[in-house]
Amino acid sequence: MNFTAVEKSGVLFLIVEGEVDEHGAGELRLAADRKIDEHAGADKAVFDLGKVSFMDSTGIGFLIGRYKKLRRYGIPSYVSRVNAETDKILSLSGVYSLIPKM
Amino acid sequence: MENYMKLEIAAIGENESFARSAVAAFALALNPSLSELSDVKTAVSEAVTNCIVHAYEGEDAQKSILIECRIEKRTVGGALHIAITDYGKGIQDVEQALAPFFTTLEDEERSGMGFTIMQTFMTEFSVASEPGKGTKIVMMKEIAA
Repeated sequence: MNFTAVEKSGVLFLIVEGEVDEHGAGELRLAADRKIDEHAGADKAVFDLGKVSFMDSTGIGFLIGRYKKLRRYGIPSYVSRVNAETDKILSLSGVYSLIPKM
Repeated sequence: MENYMKLEIAAIGENESFARSAVAAFALALNPSLSELSDVKTAVSEAVTNCIVHAYEGEDAQKSILIECRIEKRTVGGALHIAITDYGKGIQDVEQALAPFFTTLEDEERSGMGFTIMQTFMTEFSVASEPGKGTKIVMMKEIAA
C-alpha cells in the first residue's frame, strides 16, 4: 500500500496504490487525514484508485471515513479510475451515493 | 484424488495478504477467470480479517486460523471449497452479524460489509459459530470452464 496526495488548481488528488486491507488501513488513514488537513482549502477531493491492486471492505470504511472528514471542511469528494474488482465492492456498499464516480 | 490443502496461520494482520494469495494460488488449478479469482481473494480476506479483528479481540491465548481448501473438478469447470475456522470468542447473534452494515466496532471505521461480500462474491456461504468456542465459515465458488 502506498499513499500520495497532490493538489492541482483546487483539486486535491488522494492517490491510493497497491493492496488495501485491514492490515495497512491504520497507516493509510493517518496519511490521508494528514494530507486532508494540509489541504483543507481545496475545492474538491478526488480519490484516485487507478493503481489499487486489491481492496476488501476495509476500503469502504476508509473512503467513508475520509468522506466525513472532507465534508467537515466543506469539500465534496469523488472517486476516479476504479477498476472492475474495486467497483464491485464499492457498488455493493452504496459508496457511490456519497462519493460519486467522476 | 481431489486436490486439497490445509493451512494454519497466526491470526495477525501480516497474514491477511498471505492467506488470500495462498488460496488464490491454490485455486489456479481450476483455471479461474481474473474476476472469479478476485472474488475468492476478497471473500478470503474478509473471513481472515474477521478472525483477526473480532474472533481473538482482547485474547492472549494462541490465536490461529485454519484454512482448508479442496478442489472439485467437474466434467465442465469445477468448484473451489473453502473452510476458514477460528477458535476465538464466537458470534453471539449470527443473524445480526450477517445483516449488511452491522458492525460491533462502529468507531473503528468498520463497514459491516464483510459477510455481505462473502455471501455475494461466493456461490455458497454458511457460518457456524459457538460463543466461547469459535467460528467456521464454509464457502464454495463455482469456476466456469
